[in-house]
Amino acid sequence: MIEVLIPILAGTLAAATPLIYAGLGELVAERSGVINLGVEGMMLIGAVAGFAAAVETGGGAGVGFLAGAAAGTLAALCFAVITLSLAANQSAAGLALTIFGIGLSAFIGQHYVSHSLPGLKPVALPLLSSIPLIGPVFFKQDMGVYLSFVFFGIVWWVLAKTKLGLMLRAVGESPESAHALGFPVFAIRYGAVLFGGAMAGIAGAYLSTVYTPLWVQNMSAGRGWIAVALVVFATWKPGRLLLGAWLFGGVTILQFHAQALGVRLPSQLLSALPYIATIVVLVLISRDRKLLQLNLPASLGKSFVPGR
Amino acid sequence: MNPEPPIPLHGEPRLQLLHISKRYPSVLANDDVSLVVRPGEIHAVLGENGAGKSTLMKVIYGAVKADMGEIMWNGRQVDIPDPAAARALGIGMVFQHFSLFETLTVVENIALSLGGEFDLASLAIKVSEVSKRYGLPLDPLRHVYSLSVGERQRVEIVRCLLQNPQLLILDEPTSVLTPQAVRKLFETLRQLASEGVSILYISHKLDEIRELCERATVMRGGRVTGEANPRQESSASLARMMIGRELPHCEAPVFEGERKPLLEIRALSREPDDAFGTRLSDIALTVHSGEVVGIAGISGNGQAELLAALSGETPVAREMVQLCGEAVGHRDAGARRDRGLSFVPEERLGRGAVPAMSLADNALLTAHRQDLVRHGLRRFAAARDFAQRCIERFDVRCGGAAAQARSLSGGNLQKFIVGREIMQTPKVMIVAQPTWGVDVGASAFLRQTLIDLSRSGVGVLVISEELEELFEICDRIAVLAGGRLSPAVPREQTNAEAIGLAMSGLFAQPTPESTHAA
Ligand SMILES: Nc1ncnc2c1ncn2[C@@H]1O[C@H](COP(=O)(O)OP(=O)(O)OP(=O)(O)O)[C@@H](O)[C@H]1O
Ligand SMILES: [Mg+2]
Repeated sequence: MIEVLIPILAGTLAAATPLIYAGLGELVAERSGVINLGVEGMMLIGAVAGFAAAVETGGGAGVGFLAGAAAGTLAALCFAVITLSLAANQSAAGLALTIFGIGLSAFIGQHYVSHSLPGLKPVALPLLSSIPLIGPVFFKQDMGVYLSFVFFGIVWWVLAKTKLGLMLRAVGESPESAHALGFPVFAIRYGAVLFGGAMAGIAGAYLSTVYTPLWVQNMSAGRGWIAVALVVFATWKPGRLLLGAWLFGGVTILQFHAQALGVRLPSQLLSALPYIATIVVLVLISRDRKLLQLNLPASLGKSFVPGR
Repeated sequence: MNPEPPIPLHGEPRLQLLHISKRYPSVLANDDVSLVVRPGEIHAVLGENGAGKSTLMKVIYGAVKADMGEIMWNGRQVDIPDPAAARALGIGMVFQHFSLFETLTVVENIALSLGGEFDLASLAIKVSEVSKRYGLPLDPLRHVYSLSVGERQRVEIVRCLLQNPQLLILDEPTSVLTPQAVRKLFETLRQLASEGVSILYISHKLDEIRELCERATVMRGGRVTGEANPRQESSASLARMMIGRELPHCEAPVFEGERKPLLEIRALSREPDDAFGTRLSDIALTVHSGEVVGIAGISGNGQAELLAALSGETPVAREMVQLCGEAVGHRDAGARRDRGLSFVPEERLGRGAVPAMSLADNALLTAHRQDLVRHGLRRFAAARDFAQRCIERFDVRCGGAAAQARSLSGGNLQKFIVGREIMQTPKVMIVAQPTWGVDVGASAFLRQTLIDLSRSGVGVLVISEELEELFEICDRIAVLAGGRLSPAVPREQTNAEAIGLAMSGLFAQPTPESTHAA
């Protein structure tokens, strides 16, 4: 039994990793009061940039991650200039960014359609990986997965324990009051949005250089949207985001196994299952309106123009 | 009228404003204002609504940029482009409208405004010590959303005090504090002044100013119109300086007509649907024609929820609210208004009026019943005319019927909203905080208006935090505390002490703990 379980659970973690990166980035941006619906686009831009950089330099996934992060940041910068400096509508700008990202990645990616990359080998962490069950599931993973744990820890710690995290939440609740206290509202929002872009870019690069290390057009397949939904249903809390991502990853893997075992369900339905299951479960847990209200960044989606 | 030359100074002034002017599109909010504040001085700024007091303070604090003029700080000319710069100089400000973060705790809010090391645990200890010493006790670990308005004001003040400012600006800090808290605050302010801190103090409560301040600058229409020593003036003479005429008195004649119940509240109970809300339990009250009934209590004790249930924003069970003998509990706000209910909410901006819309459009929002809409089409001229009549009859100082609601000062917007509702000849009128932030002259006028309205046969229900006001205009008074309403007692049979006791006695009840889910 355990022998069957371990590969499923280990695969779950890998499948959840892009969502963790993208979700953490979006969570930080939304905590500052900016909703960026361009996650899907930024992921694709990061994916193609990471893939191209890895192929061209032969530098492997590490170079891919850096290139993906840079490209995602750049895409987020465009979004930030439009929505923060020019105070344009955030939803419209985010949708535009997604459409742009889909097109741009397909355009650049057409040169790479037949290429593939070696991916990343799992690294067993000494001692930790020999713990029964937990060891092989959590500590025999590739470096991309470990890095997502590190980012999760950092984001959780900054939000919960530091003044920076407090400032971020304050700006998200009321940029007017934060400005009156003398906080650099724009700098904080810019920082949060760019971090979100970098994380979405890494999420894409993980997909294209590690998870399925070959180029397929539109390869994020809606994971960017799932990340956006996860953030809301996780009531802007990193811990719940992690659970949601694992749930998605788990159903994804189970559904593969089901298809391999020849379960008699249309394959389209099986492919849709992770999305449906994640949303249904998250809607159920986040039914508590009070919890939503307490954590919702009150200025979410609203532009801030000082001195009015 | 030219500003008088500043009083000759001993020692270097802390703050000197020279010829400050600030123009908004429709008005000159500050017109050549000069002002001197010395170290250790408690300096009052007085003036009618819209006189430009808040604007001037925001200029000092860097929240608004002046068009002209200079600011001297400790003898040096300075530029204050934003609040961060003001705070770096040692200027602290308590705003007229709150600037706290609701989803954070008290100590987190305070930590945000302090520099230096970030250590919440030791700051929490310091906050409870300092707040106790200043007589403004606070629980540092509570979330701000669960605090009453008065408690929030305490947080604002303590937060400001902990920054050790050299100049402290307080814009109407006492409008929501209990009398005991005000007394303690004054002790603290005197103590600070004796240590050399300068204080700029804005209030519409003239007794407070006479008690606390040693110098006062009076503003009218954006200009400085005089200086005074408040200790040597009476409240009446200060009021005269502010509004340029005698302060009128309220007259409450006996109602001659037939006394019949117009608004009946029967066993009204309701769970809040808001994480920050209070539970209403078993509320009963009747308002008759020809009387003003008051509900006293510190806001946050169910006021918002009760108002929403009465106005129809949150419908309740059918029988719980009766309007002119008809059960309307299940009906929405529009249907209740159709049946003769008028309602002035507590929040003027956002509930009572749409900030970005003109006064004429805002008039249309509730007064469309006055034939301002025909066959589904708006009658623009009629709406403008309605707004114009309201502006004239209620002396609203503004840039005309086309002015945006958000450009009016708090007091003037209040007059417009009350006026709009009265002009619709209601049968029952519900008003929350009728004179919150309104200057003395306009308050007297609004109060008289409400009394006159009731004597024309209307039932008037007033919800207010100001006891003095309730005793001035109400025939009967009840107290709302912790979501429960005490029986309404005729004004002659009670006094401020008894009401205050009921307010604070019930106030000790725990707040709903379900809100601590975070
Ligand atoms: N953002 C703004 N845009 C346009 N006009 C404004 C704005 N803010 C204030 N004003 C106008 O400037 C004038 C001064 O307003 P201010 O708020 O300083 O008055 P105040 O003395 O503080 O009054 P109150 O006692 O009601 O608080 C008012 O006529 C007001 O209508
Ligand atoms: Mg003001």
